[in-house]
Parts: sequence; structure tokens; C-alpha cells
Amino acid sequence: MSIYLPIAELSVNIFVILGMGAAVGFLSGMFGVGGGFLITPLLIFYNIPPVVAVATGANQVVASSVSGALSHFRRGTLDVKLGTVLLIGGLVGATVGIWIFSLLRSLGQLDLFISLLYVVFLGTVGGLMLLESLNAMRRARRNETVTLKKPGQHSWVHRLPLKMRFKKSKIYLSVIPIIALGFAIGILTSVMGVGGGFIMVPAMIYLLRIPTNVVVGTSLFQIIFVTAYTTVVQATTNYSVDIVLAFILMVAGVIGAQYGVRVGQKLRGEQLRALLGLLVLAVGLRLAVALVVTPSDLFSIAIGGVGN
Amino acid sequence: MLRLPAIALAALLFAFPAMAQMPALGETVDSKERLQIGMSTSEIAITSDFHGADLTIFGTVDYADELLMAIGQYDIVVALEGPKDNTTVRKKERLFGIWVNRRAMTFEMVPESYSISSTRAVDTIAVEQELNERGVGLNHIPLRAVGFVGNAANLGEFRDAYRRLKQTHGLYERDPSGVRFVSPTLFRATLRLPANIPNGVHTVRAFLFKSGVFVGEQQLPLRVVKTGIEQAITDAARETPFAYGLFAVLMAIITGWSASILFRKD
Repeated sequence: MSIYLPIAELSVNIFVILGMGAAVGFLSGMFGVGGGFLITPLLIFYNIPPVVAVATGANQVVASSVSGALSHFRRGTLDVKLGTVLLIGGLVGATVGIWIFSLLRSLGQLDLFISLLYVVFLGTVGGLMLLESLNAMRRARRNETVTLKKPGQHSWVHRLPLKMRFKKSKIYLSVIPIIALGFAIGILTSVMGVGGGFIMVPAMIYLLRIPTNVVVGTSLFQIIFVTAYTTVVQATTNYSVDIVLAFILMVAGVIGAQYGVRVGQKLRGEQLRALLGLLVLAVGLRLAVALVVTPSDLFSIAIGGVGN
Repeated sequence: MLRLPAIALAALLFAFPAMAQMPALGETVDSKERLQIGMSTSEIAITSDFHGADLTIFGTVDYADELLMAIGQYDIVVALEGPKDNTTVRKKERLFGIWVNRRAMTFEMVPESYSISSTRAVDTIAVEQELNERGVGLNHIPLRAVGFVGNAANLGEFRDAYRRLKQTHGLYERDPSGVRFVSPTLFRATLRLPANIPNGVHTVRAFLFKSGVFVGEQQLPLRVVKTGIEQAITDAARETPFAYGLFAVLMAIITGWSASILFRKD
């Protein structure tokens, strides 16, 4: 059954989109990630214009992060104060990101830039994740205990001024690195159509030393608002949010996520991370190949433009 | 799904008897023929399951020379030109191993879609200069580059790419046998409307050639209006983007929230 996507301006098979949403939802439930970094490249592989894929991806992430954040809020593993500080940086970052997005679009370099960003981020994160999980598996086999730096240890990050106390997270930390992190993730949200959890969570744990139990809930909290903001701004500046596509994706996604969570609970952490790392690498590799292979047509046309 | 019979046909055939005495001596003999065209409607509503259709246009050549008509010296070309806009063509080149859009050329106000039918291949009807001057035929639509153009070879390359891509997308079409005379003076033109025909005001342009010389042109506007839920969404996204964006967010919040209630583990 085919369905016409009014903004993407093409007909797609509804079951392919449902399957994509469900599969990514399943994985996001299993690994506890937002899934935006998988949805956007998959849509691009399925010939959805990257402009639409990014904006619609951001919209889809709103839905998955709302349901995630709510369950964390009920469990009390969400630091609203910390999330709000992150959000301030995030909204500024998203605004800058949209500006970059529109500029690149008018220059005709948007598709390339999105692909390059994905290749770099997916390659780096996937590679690190795989290495880290393989090391963890090796240690587990030798029965070694993991020697992470203790949360009490201080780095340069903790010597910055403008400190603030976050009661729920039980930390006393400068707002500068938090806002900076939010800012960077905000740019990624608007340019890549991701929530950014896959970068924000490790950064909060390893760089800011925020206790692991509040990290996921708090990042989801800030992702809701930044992706919602990005959706509205994308809709008003680039007219590129496809509501039909987004709706199919989010319905399939939230259902898939429920089953993913159940399967994820049965698998061991490091195996799970190794699998996710492989998956992320594979998607990055596929995008990298598309950049290098000679395109079937060197020319492309776009309506609009005022010349040089 | 879409039929445009010639209701105006009868009127066209008999509407101009009063002008019958008009061609006076001393006028150029070439211009005595009159071309008239008619359509049953000036607006087409396209539903969301539209997969393309044929548009039929009827017309007459009045005061035609019977002998010339009999030996096929009259040629009709009918074109449907879509709404015009600037269009940018980009070319990828390899840069550090990856393919990058390196060169671009913007053409000024070119029709988004173009469907042409004629009594025979356009290029055999008249000389190239004439066709270029009137902008008749896929290869003769004026493609003027905006701004500075490096060298002429580039221009040709980009023009060819533009025409080729438009034809690949089905937006530019031609049918060299789409116009048929059904009587000595009455002709019927069939134009293909592609499934992805753009919204807006299109122009039907009909041209009459006699022995390769341009005689006259007639134009009719044709509004293409897409209807249905998809079009309503597109209109909302374009005309009230802020409300549309808010709605998209609201929809996402409701979806996420209901999922968390439905699947809540007690």
C-alpha cells in the first residue's frame, strides 16, 4: 500500500516506513537511545530528501523522548534543574544550527554536509562503543573489576566559575560546561535531526561526572524541548516537516520501543553495547560509501535560486 | 478521472463568420489564417490519487488554404507550460575522493513543467531560429542563465542536463504526433499531464505554422488545483508554518504520552 508524503513529495510504501519506525523503535528501546541517529540515515537511504529527513526526524524524536522522559520522571531519575540549564544552551545551539542548515541548503551543500556529519559521528561513536564493549567483555572474562574514575575526582571542568548546586543529581558544578554541552547538542539536533542522546549521555557521565542514574532521564528531558523547538523552527524556515511521515514513524516507533525494552533487559550490557556499536558503524559506513561511489547522475536540479 | 471534451467546439467553428470578408488585398497573405483553440474548463482539480492524465484541446484553423491544407503544409503545435520559477542546476565533481556539488547555474523563470504535442516533430516544422524565438519545443525553451556564466561550453552542458533531468522526472514531455486534424480545419491536441504536475496557473499555447513559417499564436490559461488531504497539509505547511509546526509537536507529545500510559508497567 503506497501513501503519498505531501512535504517529501513522493509516494512510499507505508509498510516500509512502519517497519523502519518499528525497527528503530525496537533498537532504541533495547539500547536506551532516542533513535534519531538511525531514523534520519534510513530515511535518506529510502530516497526521502535529506532536508525532510532531518526535520521529520527531529519531530519523531519528540514522541520517543516524551514517553521515555515520563517514565524517568515517575521513577524520580530526572533532574529538572540540570535539564533546564542544558536546555538554555540547547535552544541557542538549535537556533544557530537552523541558520547553518538554511545557509548550506541555499549553497546546495546541505546533503553533503549532513552525510559527512553522520559519517564522522556514527564512525566515531560506533567505533568507541565497540572498542569499549570489547574491552569490557575481555575484562569480564578475566574477572577484573572495572576501574572507572570515581565521581569524586576532579578535572579542569570542575574548576570553572559560576557554580550551581543540583540537588537531585547531588553535584555542585559550573553551568558553563553544561550550557556548552547543551549548545553543541542543539546544533546537532537541528542539523542532523537527532536528539543527541548518544553523545550527550557519555559526555555527561565521563566529562561532567553526573551520576549515571539521572543522566538518561535528564538528557531526555532536554531533548524533548530542543527537538520540539527544532521542529517548529524547521517548519517555519524550511517548510520541511512531513507530518504524515512523522506520524507513521512515531506510532511504529513507540510500539517497537516497548518490545525493545523487554529484549534489552534480557541481554548483557556489554554485549548490547557491542551490537549497537556495530550497527552504528554499519550505518556510518553505508553513508560513507554513498559519498565515494560515482553518482548515477552528476547533475541535480532544484527549484529556486538567485544565481551567484 | 479527468476528461476535458470540447464543449466550446461548436462555438469555435461558427463564432467568426463576421470576419470572413476581412483579408484585404495588400495585407500579407500569410496572416489571413486564424487559429482558435478551446477547452471545456479553465481549471483542473486533481485528487490525491492522481496518476497523470491526458488533456484534450480542440481548435480550428479558419480561412486556411484548402490546397495547402490537403498537402499538409499547415502544422499545429500545442504546449502546456507550467508555472515559471528560477531553477538551479548543480553539478557534482570529485573533491578529495568524495562527490561534491561544485558548479551551479540558475536559469531564469523557466516553466516547472512542459508538455508539447505537434502534428510532427517540432524540429522539422520550422527552422531553429524561429522555434527559439517563439520558445516552441523542448530544445527551444529559453534557458537564460542568471548572473555570470564562465564559458559557453558550460552553458550548453547545464542546459542539456536541465532538459534531460526534467524529462527523466516526467515533467517535460513531448508527443510529435499528438495533434491530429479531424476535419480539414478542425484539429484535436492531446497533452500528457504528468502525475507530479505542479500546482498553479499553467498556460496552453497553440502555434500555427504554414510551410514552416509562423502564422499565429493563441493562449489560454489553465489553473491546476490539487485537492484532498495531502494538499491541505501542503497548504498548511506553506501558509501557516508556525501553527503547522506547533501541531506537529503536539501530535508527537500526545503520541509519546499515550504510549507511556498504554504500556505503563504497574
